[in-house]
Amino acid sequence: MSIFNPPARWIEAPHGFERVWMGIALAWCMVLSVAMPYWHFTGKQTSSGEAYTLEPGQFEARIARFIEANKVGERNYVPIVQPPPGSDIYLIGRNWQWTPILKLKKGVEYRLHTSSGDYQHGFSLLPMNMNFQVVPGYDHVITFTPAETGEFNIICNEFCGAGHHQMTGLIIVEE
Amino acid sequence: MGNMKPEKMRVCATTGLPVCLNAELFIKLNAVFGVVSLLIGAVAAILLALTRWETVALLDPVDYYMVISLHGLNMLIFWILFMEMAILYFASTTLLNSRNFNNLLSWGQFALMLVGMVMVNYSVLAGRASVTMTSYVPLRAEQEFYLGMILFAVGALLGTVNFFGGLYIAKRDKTYKGAIPLVVFGALAAAIIAVFTIVHGAIVLIPTWLWSLGVLESPPDAVWYRLIWWALGHCSQQINVCAMVAVWYFLATLTTGAKPLNQTVCRFAFLLYILFINLASAHHLLVDPAVSAGWKMWNTSYALYLAVMASMIHGFTVPASVEVAGRKKGMGGLFGWLTKAPWKDPGFSAFFLSLVIFGFGGGITGVTLGTHQINIIAHNTLRIPGHFHVTVAGGTTLAFMGLAYYVVPLIFRREYSFKAFARLQPYIFGFGISLMAIGMTLAGSLGVPRRHPDIDFTGAKIVADLGDAAPFLAMLGIGGVIAATGALIFVLLTVHAVFLGKSNKGRAMESWQTPEQSKLTANLISTKWSPNEPGLKPKGTVVLTFIFLASFAVYYFSNWKALIDVWPVK
Ligand code: HEM
Ligand SMILES: [Cu+2]
Repeated sequence: MSIFNPPARWIEAPHGFERVWMGIALAWCMVLSVAMPYWHFTGKQTSSGEAYTLEPGQFEARIARFIEANKVGERNYVPIVQPPPGSDIYLIGRNWQWTPILKLKKGVEYRLHTSSGDYQHGFSLLPMNMNFQVVPGYDHVITFTPAETGEFNIICNEFCGAGHHQMTGLIIVEE
Repeated sequence: MGNMKPEKMRVCATTGLPVCLNAELFIKLNAVFGVVSLLIGAVAAILLALTRWETVALLDPVDYYMVISLHGLNMLIFWILFMEMAILYFASTTLLNSRNFNNLLSWGQFALMLVGMVMVNYSVLAGRASVTMTSYVPLRAEQEFYLGMILFAVGALLGTVNFFGGLYIAKRDKTYKGAIPLVVFGALAAAIIAVFTIVHGAIVLIPTWLWSLGVLESPPDAVWYRLIWWALGHCSQQINVCAMVAVWYFLATLTTGAKPLNQTVCRFAFLLYILFINLASAHHLLVDPAVSAGWKMWNTSYALYLAVMASMIHGFTVPASVEVAGRKKGMGGLFGWLTKAPWKDPGFSAFFLSLVIFGFGGGITGVTLGTHQINIIAHNTLRIPGHFHVTVAGGTTLAFMGLAYYVVPLIFRREYSFKAFARLQPYIFGFGISLMAIGMTLAGSLGVPRRHPDIDFTGAKIVADLGDAAPFLAMLGIGGVIAATGALIFVLLTVHAVFLGKSNKGRAMESWQTPEQSKLTANLISTKWSPNEPGLKPKGTVVLTFIFLASFAVYYFSNWKALIDVWPVK
């Protein structure tokens, strides 16, 4: 009885189906454990956590240079940039906006450097629902390859203060 | 031989167990403030559910952020921890035939937790701490918020110290023979993990508090904060699991006379929780910068998923013990033990629904979302609240509600009135929370973010739209209102019983079960029998566990399949 002291000799090996179930559970846990490294090496999606620490202001300056060098237009006062295919690209979450709008080529691998100019943000790319954490003080490098053409929204899914629900951004992918 | 003075104890008229009157006082105090927290949390919950239901869109964003902070803190921290304190008092006294360890310590526990709770609630309601329960730096709340959290945590620590002291004096005074009962063992596991948890809370919150005071110039590093905060945040969920499983064993015994098939196995499973849980903070950092893929995979599996194995073991032993008790009472067939179970006893129905909702809902989604790569399509979406509302709400909270249906008559010695409502309540809450969680999970699969009051993104410079999720958000809203109604019914019934209920002093409590059912259960509790007798094999549970495993595999692998459609990323 669970509420009374167990009998004097309570230590005993499991038997019957209980034992079988423990074996099954252990085997299933091994499947779960192996699946992650397996996918890490053979699958196409994983999170490596590649990141670099930043000095205050460093990332903001990098973003400004990036926009200046590659700007091709504006939408509703948000700059649109078209970086050389396959280059390092930059995105900052700040003041409840993802800046700049990125114009990319389909099928080309980019190294996306993201950081925050204020609070923590959640990089969430729709509609495929791809999510990464963005943290101030760290340059988080997400290496990805756009696989479809079209316009893809970025939203913020980490609470970041009063304007969190208005925080959006955009990636435009062309052939 | 007990160690209680006769004037400091009473014998329970229902169970014949000894009750230390000091411990009883602290069980009452903690339970009352637990229920107060649940009330605050449930009122907030209705507002949240009606905001996320886009067609209703009740609160504006700034209020939403305040109310979500209020809800998370009162539910996950205050309601749950006050109840766990009550459980620790109960487990270290009545079940060990021993007295409360130290009343001064207990007053300290209660007073600090109460002051902490009041400070935090003041801070949040005054709009000074809309930072949500995780309070990720560099978001900053006013200083009384952090101080309140620290005081609350120190109070909880004193509660665990009092519990360990209680175990010590019981052993010293030889108040019991042999090993401690399984329920106490579960509570011990919870208390050990709690110490680990609270220490991390102190490490992370003290510097943050000093920063909010202006003593430290800059906030703690944001990545460091996340790592340590989640050592607190995730381990405290394992406290909840331990406490919930202990309550399952307790209610299984009380309502059906169940006996664990093998005590060694049950205790071994609790031990696995203690050993492997400290790694689990990785669950929350799977798509974070600055933590390597190898670290993520090793830790998120809690070293090869051995804590998951522990839950799978309990998931078998608990229903199996109920089944065996049913068979002992002569219930035949594969599922006679279920069809003839005391479903009108809210102690039983709350416990069994909690088991099913936690296992099928919480367990399966938790392991899947916590898989390193699958987390890419789940992190911070509504799938996450979809998961934890079927663990900590549909699981732990529902189990604690079931416990209350026995604690109030046995400890407060007051009967529940409006029994028909009490019998229905676990079903209302369980159904509502499950519906809400399914709505959240489906909406989250479309990318709907958590902690977000407006998926039309009104006022954003770049338009975005998640309109496809509308039906699922309606499900969230309707399920949420039903669940919150269930929680409020519970609060009303319990408050009524505690203050106005019929006293049952000197008498046994009125049984929730039919006379025939309660006689059979009482017989099983008072006579000696072995759950391993031939002819009592838990065949029905075997079938259930295979259904469980199949559901698990289907959900798990279909998530891998969904991941294939995501752009290549590393
Ligand atoms: C009574 C029925 C309940 C309803 C209708 C409900 C509803 C909700 C809703 C709609 C959210 C907001 C989701 C979002 O926008 O991200 C939420 C968040 C949350 N709920 Fe509940 N909930 C209930 C019970 C509980 C219980 C019993 C617990 C814990 C014991 C709990 C713990 C939480 C936590 C920790 C959060 C997250 C807060 C945050 O993101 O900071 N809820 N709930
Ligand atoms: Cu943001």
